[in-house]
Amino acid sequence: MTAPVIELRDVIRRYDDGPPALDDVSLTVRAGESVAVVGPSGSGKSTLLNLVAGLDRPDSGSVTVDGVRVDGLGEAAAARHRRARIGMVFQFFNLLDDLNVTDNVVLPAQLAGMGRREAARRAKELLEVLGVDRHAEAHPSRLSGGERQRVAVARALMNRPPLLLADEPTGALDTASGRDVARLLTELNADGQTVVVVTHDLALARSCTTRTIRLVDGRITADRASDGIDGIDGSGGSGATGGGVDGSDGSGATEGATAAERAR
Amino acid sequence: MSAPGRVVRSGVGRRRVPGIVIGLATLMAVAASLLGGTLVVASGAPFDDAFARQRGAHLSLQFDADAGGPGQLSGTVHAEGVAAASGPFRTATVTPHAGEGVPAWPMTVAGRARPGGAVDAVTLTDGKWAARPGEVVLSAGSAVLPILGKRLTFPGLPGEPELTVVGVARSVTGTADAWVVPAQMAALTAPGGAGGYQMHYRFTEAGTAARITAGREAVTAAVPPGAVSGEQSWLTVKESAEHDTALYVPFLLAFGVLGLVMSVLVVGNVVAATVGTATRRIGILKAVGFTPAQVVRAYVAQALVPAAAGTALGVLTGHLLAVPVLAETEEVYGSTALAVTPWIDAVVVAGALGLVAATAWASAWRAGRLRTVDALAVGRAARPARGRRAARLAGRLPLPRPVGLGLVRPFARPARALATGTAIVFGAAAVTFTVGLGATLGKVMEAKAHDAADVTVEPPPPELGPDGPLPRTGPLADPAEIAAVIDARPGTARHHARATARATVAGVAGVTEVVSFTGDASWGGYTMSDGRWIARPGEAVVPTGFLSATGTRIGDPVTLHGLGDAVTVRIVGEVLDTRNDGMEVFTDAATLPDAAPEASASSVAGDTTHHIALEPGTDAAAYAAALNEKLEPLGVTARAGGDDRQSSMVLTLNALSATLTLMLVAVAALGVLNGVVLDTRERVRELGIHKALGMTPRQTVAMVLASICVTGLVGGAVGVPLGVTLHGLVVPAMGHSAGLNLPESVTDVYLAPQLLGLALGGLVIAAAGALLPAGWAARTRTAVALRTE
Repeated sequence: MTAPVIELRDVIRRYDDGPPALDDVSLTVRAGESVAVVGPSGSGKSTLLNLVAGLDRPDSGSVTVDGVRVDGLGEAAAARHRRARIGMVFQFFNLLDDLNVTDNVVLPAQLAGMGRREAARRAKELLEVLGVDRHAEAHPSRLSGGERQRVAVARALMNRPPLLLADEPTGALDTASGRDVARLLTELNADGQTVVVVTHDLALARSCTTRTIRLVDGRITADRASDGIDGIDGSGGSGATGGGVDGSDGSGATEGATAAERAR
Repeated sequence: MSAPGRVVRSGVGRRRVPGIVIGLATLMAVAASLLGGTLVVASGAPFDDAFARQRGAHLSLQFDADAGGPGQLSGTVHAEGVAAASGPFRTATVTPHAGEGVPAWPMTVAGRARPGGAVDAVTLTDGKWAARPGEVVLSAGSAVLPILGKRLTFPGLPGEPELTVVGVARSVTGTADAWVVPAQMAALTAPGGAGGYQMHYRFTEAGTAARITAGREAVTAAVPPGAVSGEQSWLTVKESAEHDTALYVPFLLAFGVLGLVMSVLVVGNVVAATVGTATRRIGILKAVGFTPAQVVRAYVAQALVPAAAGTALGVLTGHLLAVPVLAETEEVYGSTALAVTPWIDAVVVAGALGLVAATAWASAWRAGRLRTVDALAVGRAARPARGRRAARLAGRLPLPRPVGLGLVRPFARPARALATGTAIVFGAAAVTFTVGLGATLGKVMEAKAHDAADVTVEPPPPELGPDGPLPRTGPLADPAEIAAVIDARPGTARHHARATARATVAGVAGVTEVVSFTGDASWGGYTMSDGRWIARPGEAVVPTGFLSATGTRIGDPVTLHGLGDAVTVRIVGEVLDTRNDGMEVFTDAATLPDAAPEASASSVAGDTTHHIALEPGTDAAAYAAALNEKLEPLGVTARAGGDDRQSSMVLTLNALSATLTLMLVAVAALGVLNGVVLDTRERVRELGIHKALGMTPRQTVAMVLASICVTGLVGGAVGVPLGVTLHGLVVPAMGHSAGLNLPESVTDVYLAPQLLGLALGGLVIAAAGALLPAGWAARTRTAVALRTE
């Protein structure tokens, strides 16, 4: 069994006086896993992603990423932790329009203090691997949606993070481009990259991840192998949550985790 | 509340920073304009009122008694251009004795039967007019303290006549120091003394110096050449009367203009930027049914609400700032109570609000014309990308990446950078101007004080009684004895004695101080505006005020009366000095007659001071203490340092300029803050991306500060020469208003390192304005920022 990359313990996150966005969630993701977080709008998917990325803090509970408690980090420490250990891919790519592709990709490395020449060499490799090297000098507005997302993935991998977080990575893409990005994520995972994908697209979860977690109203209602999620949005999901997901011993020996390990 | 009203209220409430910026800019412009306008009016009004009421003389001429008789002079009233005239009045220069030990100063006395007349109607302020010989009316500004019942004797005149003060009067152009009945004049005219006649004229046209000259030529055409021994134009008197307040006018005018331009810029920039960032909101307003005119009105009102608040505070500030300045003006005109004139308030308030409304209207017009569909599409359509080349270049610079990312920002939004830069330019210019003004004023005060001496020896000041200075008791020391003590003291490098006597100059009423030096005084801190220092007896240097009042130039001879024999000196230089309105003559002691009877006995010796330069390394305090042991029997005291003079005007000017500069810099910094806040708000998603990629708060602050660096540096580099130019224009104008011809040594105050420091001041203003929004940017929650699509 590989070491845990993400560990959430009894996490509660509440905005203002409303119901909790995440309600007593515990979860473990191990190195090399490929996990999809699915659920309807307002289920807490983005909150979960923000907590893992250190962009937000829980009201209670703990969030550990790659051995570091991120819920206790200050802004600067969280930023340094993020750029070293987490790569992020967004639905709308979030590329900077006034920088060309290479400058976008090298940015995380430069923020971490890497020299431009070294960063450019790494960016070139990544762009080649991802098949967008011919656009290295172009500006993002000249690329197709799929190409932009590939550039975004290259940028996310720039600092060789142990964890790649993708928030609706195919949400703004046409079907063909979406398939292309899904294949890319699968290949990355096959090479050992831990991937967490937040999506409402079950087809994407099935195609590029091995484990799927379903969130409803801030609680995990299902955690199982992605190839068995056909009925996951039905009512049967909640029963599977009880003891299956909430592994209080921290071992992550849940039904879902086992399925994921099996898939890998 | 109507729908547009609600939109305005919510707009003002939501956008606090632009509101504060508009309010402060308006406050400053209104305060400076109000103060400037008030002073322009206040400086002229009292003199103009008095001049009109007293039918003041446009030109007063002094005629030599020998050159033309009264009959010949009466004929001059029919000359072309003369509207009215009075005279001839017999005049004489006399030196009255007002009591034992009281300094005796010469004065011009005129024989007039009554105070009124077609021209120069003298106003009686106390007592009555002289009705018979033996009575005298003193001018309110006379050197002899005008107290009713005081007896004046004239020991220098045959028969030693005695006069009793029966009244106090004031002539608006100061045509004489005292008036007696004409029958008294014979007894006051010394045989062979400087007797004469004076005539006062009003001309049909007298607004310019050229008109006065033309009038003078017309009236003197019929009298023999050389008959005119002195003259005084009302323009000179007016200028002198307005000196104190006129000094402020060019300076306040500069700040007023700076403030107004800044207000227009800031309001235009803020409203345009508000419209720019609220495009989507405007689209929604139009989509729900707002007409273009309603949209424009809503945005104009959003600017007018804070501008109205700023105007109200500006009026208050202007009135408060006017108090110390007007108090000085009141001193000049006695008890006249001056206040800000209501019509100035009205004009300034209407002007400021009108300007804001017009600027806001022009900027908001774009919002009205914006097509609803385009406005709604904002944020979703890609913005035209600018500054990509700069971005690529910055990416290759050996700088931390956040700094590089910040540096290229002005190239992405050139219009906003220009507006922000302009605010910085004005801030830097104001600081540069104020620093220069302070330095110049300091140098002027230094030059006026003539305080180059290390040690000064002076007699104790006379004690003051209810009727003025009390007579001195005890004998006065001989200056030569004091000089001998100083010479004998080790550590003395050089020294000179300075004595002051009083004289009159033909045609100019009032006393001219004659400062005479024993020994070389060229090192004594006298700043020459033109010409050279005195080199031999018979030469004199005079301040600008003397030259303009007497109409003389360097190289001209001038005759001084009231020092016993008439003394003629040749002017060889113009010295910087404003004491006694510049009516001073500096000359060598040997120029003056040995026996200046009344003057020397009671005045010169008593006023003699000795100024000592010490050998290098000599301790001034120890030297003065040692010297005092020897000087004690002589009744004089030595103290370390030169003349100690402070000017309340300089303090007021420095305080005023510092206040106005602070306000201007605050507005500039707020202009920057507004620009950066808008930029930050516009870039919030971009900031979110940076932070998601691992940009730390410190790196975010560095990026935002760097985004204003280029603008700040360029603003400083442009603002500093602008401030220097402004200083070069305004300060000589101020000097001119104050009757000073400022030499280069006083106006060339900027040093290269100082200018460099001031140029970096632009960066400081920029950083000060950007720091707050940089902090906000650093604290922006990434998750929220990323959701901003």
